[in-house]
Amino acid sequence: MNHPTKKTYPLNSIWPLAGILVVLLLLPPFVPRFFIYILGLIYVTSLLAMSLNLLVGYGGMYQFHHAVFYGVGAYTVALMLTKTSLPLWAGFVAGPIVAAAIGWVIGWFCVRLTRLYFGMLQISLGSLLWAIVYRWYKFTGGDDGIHGIPMPAFLSSLNQSYYFIVTVLGVSLVFLYLILKSPFGSTLQAIRDNPQRCEAVGINVRRHQLRAIVLGTFFAGIAGVLFVVLEKSVFPDLLFWTLSLEIFIMCLLGGWFTFGGPILGAAITIALRTFVGKYTEYWTLILGIILILLIFFLPEGVMGYFVEKFRGKKGSEGGIS
Amino acid sequence: MLEVQGVVKSFDDFLAVNEASLRVQKGEIVAVIGPNGAGKTTLFNLITGILPRDRGKILFQGEDIGGLPPFEVCKRGIGRSFQIVNVFPRLTVFENVQVAVLSHQKKSNILLRPAKSQAVVETRSLLESVGLADKAREIVGSLSHGDQKVLEIAIALGNEPELLILDEPTAGMSPEETFANIELIKGLARTRGLTILFCEHDMDIVFSISRSIMVMHQGRTLIQGTPEEVRNHPEVQAAYLGGSE
Repeated sequence: MNHPTKKTYPLNSIWPLAGILVVLLLLPPFVPRFFIYILGLIYVTSLLAMSLNLLVGYGGMYQFHHAVFYGVGAYTVALMLTKTSLPLWAGFVAGPIVAAAIGWVIGWFCVRLTRLYFGMLQISLGSLLWAIVYRWYKFTGGDDGIHGIPMPAFLSSLNQSYYFIVTVLGVSLVFLYLILKSPFGSTLQAIRDNPQRCEAVGINVRRHQLRAIVLGTFFAGIAGVLFVVLEKSVFPDLLFWTLSLEIFIMCLLGGWFTFGGPILGAAITIALRTFVGKYTEYWTLILGIILILLIFFLPEGVMGYFVEKFRGKKGSEGGIS
Repeated sequence: MLEVQGVVKSFDDFLAVNEASLRVQKGEIVAVIGPNGAGKTTLFNLITGILPRDRGKILFQGEDIGGLPPFEVCKRGIGRSFQIVNVFPRLTVFENVQVAVLSHQKKSNILLRPAKSQAVVETRSLLESVGLADKAREIVGSLSHGDQKVLEIAIALGNEPELLILDEPTAGMSPEETFANIELIKGLARTRGLTILFCEHDMDIVFSISRSIMVMHQGRTLIQGTPEEVRNHPEVQAAYLGGSE
């Protein structure tokens, strides 16, 4: 799945990931069902967190309510598969596209504001969508959600869903990597560092940010589709702000200036919730303590700490805007 | 080439720029001088679209660029450097300049090709022409102040502007750096056929390299003329060059 990059790219950050993916593909026969499910959830959440990190870590935008687009992707597939007779692939394609379209609409308003105001407007508009999904019983099933979404034979068992998810994740990672290393990606990072200077060299900053949002929400939509493949159900919590906060924390935890950081963040968070959550309801307390320690000792995140090559000091974070 | 006519800008009650006028002809080096707070930087911000003007005309090659956002002004052919170093601290020297070159070549939106292979030749030759080629891979945050000021100019050149606006290009530099930087600017003006508009506190520099000097005082234009005319203007002597104390 990573052939197209072979010749033109230094693969130092994508090879290890690709290697890990291959190993993960071989796991199902040897690992208990429960772990396969947890791994699947980690992959789906990783993709979601990485799509967020494209905007937060690389774009410097306060995308506070990113889970909305995950939920929109998931609901789009779920509704198309249960309410229409359109083929499966149409739903799978529509999920990310609808998510990106909503991303464009919300983003169009948000990029007109800066920093915190961007984030606040995002939370309000996103919460509006959540409220619609939560209340509109006739269409979305309200707080019950939609369960037992029919899947074709090739995705019906857990292991098959697992393979599908790993493959889509792998392809998405390659594309995300290419995007970050492209002129589009480097311009995005320049905007993060200094939007005013970017304007002065002829870059339409708002338009560039809006395009990044469309891309980021598209990948969030893909993650939403994968969630339906794994879970075969959807519910309004997918669009709830606590999930947005959680994936934001994953980015911080893993390291938001690194490519693979959000994956690590997602793995740590979900593992904590699964294994510590079994013993105590207060697993978020442990997450909180980890976060505090992180801020003091590893401000660049776990991955950021290990990938020291991620150059330079943090400079002036506040910047101009 | 550039004609500013009676431009006004106020912040609340304070008139930062009050009926300022300025003329820059193709190929000239024009200086704007005036005491601190005279409105020089504000005037530059008005020309480059960072601030909207309240009144007045800003004509560039016959077009009124008054209401345009900064990126549109840049696309018309006006590049600028900033008084306070204004670069991309987390990126390398090469990447800093490349951002501008990519933008100029309309390549900023390429999605699936590596940035490393885009606009490389142009960026490298630009870095060579300003003498930063050997520092291309360094992170900008770690450069000396003098080098960062030079990088400022290199970024502005990335868009191959016709008019280059430099806001105090030697601010905070040592005398040697200042001298080198001025030589660099003169050389660039010659080899690239650039028109340059700059402001500067060092009067020796201003009078030695400018063809035309505009004097600002409390937001107004006192006079624009040759160095000789400016030197002999009574109001300038009184207000600025410190004739009567």
